[in-house]
Amino acid sequence: MANAAIQLIGINKSFGPVHANRDIHLEVPRGTIHGIIGENGAGKSTLMSILYGFYQADRGDILVNGTKASIKTPNDAIASGIGMVHQHFMLVDNFTVLENIILGTEGNALLNTSIAKARAELKRLEREYGLEVNPDAVVEDLAVGLQQRVEILKALYRGADILILDEPTGVLTPAEADHLFRILARLKEEGKTVILITHKLREIMAITDNVSVMRQGTMVATRKTSETTVEELAELMVGRRVLLRVEKGPANPGAVKLSVKNLTVRDARKVEMVKDVSFEVRAGEIVGIAGVAGNGQSELIGTIAGLRKALSGTVLLDGEPIDVTGTADPGNLRDRGLAHVPEDRHHVGLVLAYEEQENAILGYHDHKQYLTGFFLNRSAIRADAEEKIRNYDIRPANPHLKTANFSGGNQQKIVLAREIEKDPGVLIVGQPTRGVDVGAIEFIHKRLIAMRDAGKAVLLISVELDEIRSLSDRILVMFDGRIVGERDGEAGEGELGLLMAGVERREAAE
Amino acid sequence: MSVPYAKLPRWVDYGLIPLINLIVAFAVAGLVVLLVGESPLRAAAIMVEGAFGRGQNIAYTLFYATSFIFTGLAVAVAFHGGLFNIGGEGQAYVGGLGVVLVALNLDGVFPWWVNFPLAVIGAGLAGALWALIPAYLQAKRGSHIVITTIMFNFIAASLMVYLLVDVLKPLGQMAPQTRAFAEGAQLPKLNWIIELFGARIRSAPFNISFLLALLAAFGVWVLIWRTKLGYEIRTQGHSPKAARYAGIGEARIIIITMMISGALAGMMALNPVMGAQNRLQLDFVTGAGFVGIAVALMGRSHPVGIVPAAILFGMLYQGGAEIAFEMPAISRDMIVVIQGLVILFAGALEHMFRPAIQTFFASLGAGKRVTAAREGRV
Repeated sequence: MANAAIQLIGINKSFGPVHANRDIHLEVPRGTIHGIIGENGAGKSTLMSILYGFYQADRGDILVNGTKASIKTPNDAIASGIGMVHQHFMLVDNFTVLENIILGTEGNALLNTSIAKARAELKRLEREYGLEVNPDAVVEDLAVGLQQRVEILKALYRGADILILDEPTGVLTPAEADHLFRILARLKEEGKTVILITHKLREIMAITDNVSVMRQGTMVATRKTSETTVEELAELMVGRRVLLRVEKGPANPGAVKLSVKNLTVRDARKVEMVKDVSFEVRAGEIVGIAGVAGNGQSELIGTIAGLRKALSGTVLLDGEPIDVTGTADPGNLRDRGLAHVPEDRHHVGLVLAYEEQENAILGYHDHKQYLTGFFLNRSAIRADAEEKIRNYDIRPANPHLKTANFSGGNQQKIVLAREIEKDPGVLIVGQPTRGVDVGAIEFIHKRLIAMRDAGKAVLLISVELDEIRSLSDRILVMFDGRIVGERDGEAGEGELGLLMAGVERREAAE
Repeated sequence: MSVPYAKLPRWVDYGLIPLINLIVAFAVAGLVVLLVGESPLRAAAIMVEGAFGRGQNIAYTLFYATSFIFTGLAVAVAFHGGLFNIGGEGQAYVGGLGVVLVALNLDGVFPWWVNFPLAVIGAGLAGALWALIPAYLQAKRGSHIVITTIMFNFIAASLMVYLLVDVLKPLGQMAPQTRAFAEGAQLPKLNWIIELFGARIRSAPFNISFLLALLAAFGVWVLIWRTKLGYEIRTQGHSPKAARYAGIGEARIIIITMMISGALAGMMALNPVMGAQNRLQLDFVTGAGFVGIAVALMGRSHPVGIVPAAILFGMLYQGGAEIAFEMPAISRDMIVVIQGLVILFAGALEHMFRPAIQTFFASLGAGKRVTAAREGRV
């Protein structure tokens, strides 16, 4: 096809015995936004890495604008007009925007000419695409959404006609994501081609023209977005029908399990992140805390779970105080029936270098059932891990496999299995489905509902407003360290969105 | 976007890669020998001959290796806890003090097999206490363990000079050393084991602390991989945040880990003090504490790697001495250069050849063991 910006023909790529890409054919028409979705491990990142020159295909051809391109390195890709915006930004934090943009194209030894040129070019790009950003701001001072804009500008500055965005909204607030979509639409108007990799079906529906679905290394379908539905895409991704909205009965709240009073927490820079927060969580209910990332939610649950100290305030667990300003310790709290699924499973909830079975006891390693005196009881640990692997369908079902080799969803299941199976009275969950694929999300949500129905108190924080809304019986909204509103689980997205943005309650009601 | 992740078979990870590093180190060392104007092949022949040629030489090689096993294990245990103990030198030196306290007081009272375990305790305790101070400062005050352990090497050296000159030296003697121990504090030699294989040994200091070193290696393996404490140490080492989350007290783990590390370093003193010189001499550690860092790096902090790595460095010590003797152009300092190259390639540049080897094995599609493509963690 003459007006295809990218054509992939029969791409194959194997890593050892794993066939990551199998006979991939893909056509991306010029001037469109093309979505690529698939679960973790479906091969979408590998495919984009081949297109951007990080890997080379074992077999197959890449055609850019109808001519065959040999892309061996990212530089070849850039020369062919392909730019990439990475999920984890590749920016130098303590450089200014301008310095970051000219990085790699500095020109001569004295920077003045290239900086002047870049400044002019940046002005033009700003005008053309509505990508405003202060060229002299230092990158680390910018909000995440703006940093991403710098990444996009960097690609455009290098003459990209085709932009690949890898999970661009994972780190953005809903408002920032909306803004990004407007930028992408503008880019499309100006004739650029955009490839969007994501696992969020809503984004696909909102912005793309066409969508391709990958599953287990193959391209299973390409659809016109206007002719498909979320349900169909989810089914194509997972290979079976998926429930997108968890079904749950009404809550049946009981006694107060967790009570937080006037809690104030400072971070390392002595900035107050949690300001005089009070709330309660009862047995048999899920309380969700909504908020744009960075408004104190992390500090709040970290403090309750004993990972950081509070400046003042009290927390009662089953009516007994937790010494949050002093000696509170996660190990001790666990013994008192408070389990915690941390937000950052890679560094906090798991030791990625450990075997699966070693992580299955993290925090519970001093329980008698896993020990024979001073020694670890290896057979008991393995048996326990195998049981959890069965009950939580953790794949691959190998307790000796290094945890880093599990997908995000399976890693999260390892954490959940560990924390839930000990039957805690209170469960604190941070970002339960961040980086988790659709099939596992359904499973995790069902488990959390089951915890509630078993009469446990669940405190949930998540940056996914949908998740908060579909799971929570009560929703607290945090803004700037304070709880600015409480709504029931049926609250509308718009209403919560206004609260999250710090708009006063009265205005929100209007 | 993640890098393709090809897990290498164990024999490559623990066998082939160290071997390649070693060969490159020797090749570069050969160039240095060539620059000095000697034949690298002859030097290599002298080294191997000098280390393993006769029973005598093997015994010396193993004698040096014994010290390096202890210090290597000491560094490895600290590594597992995420701590870089550079103080093995000083801890071993002070460990010598623990040895002589037992030896000087009891050598006329008990036979060696009573004094030996007491001296093990004395050496371990002295080394552990010397490591305790930096450990405490790290755990409670945040003073960086690398800095404090280095400083404590100097303090140990000064302390021991003072003790040897002003306290332990017998009156009327010129040399700064203690009196010679009586038979009750002299460790039996193991030379007969080598003689079993038909070699003849005139005299060599290869002694029973070698067996203690092997026992310690096994003990470290059990500790790190089979006990609750070892699990806590490794968790702290891999991820302090995960350790905090798991309720593992950071200060407690730092202090315990460093004391175990110091005790192992301290036990190194048994080998030269009670096994060879039968007295406490100035500077008897002679760099073994630092070699332990290289041994631990090369042995991947695993006892199964540390023992052969220690023997390799024993060979470099013993064979190197022979080269210096046979080839006048090559001084002792040259041997240090060669050892430095081994450390450079086996330790610091350990990952230099890894990507290439990984690519090679990935392209072979090598077998079932290559679990691959951890891709697109999102």
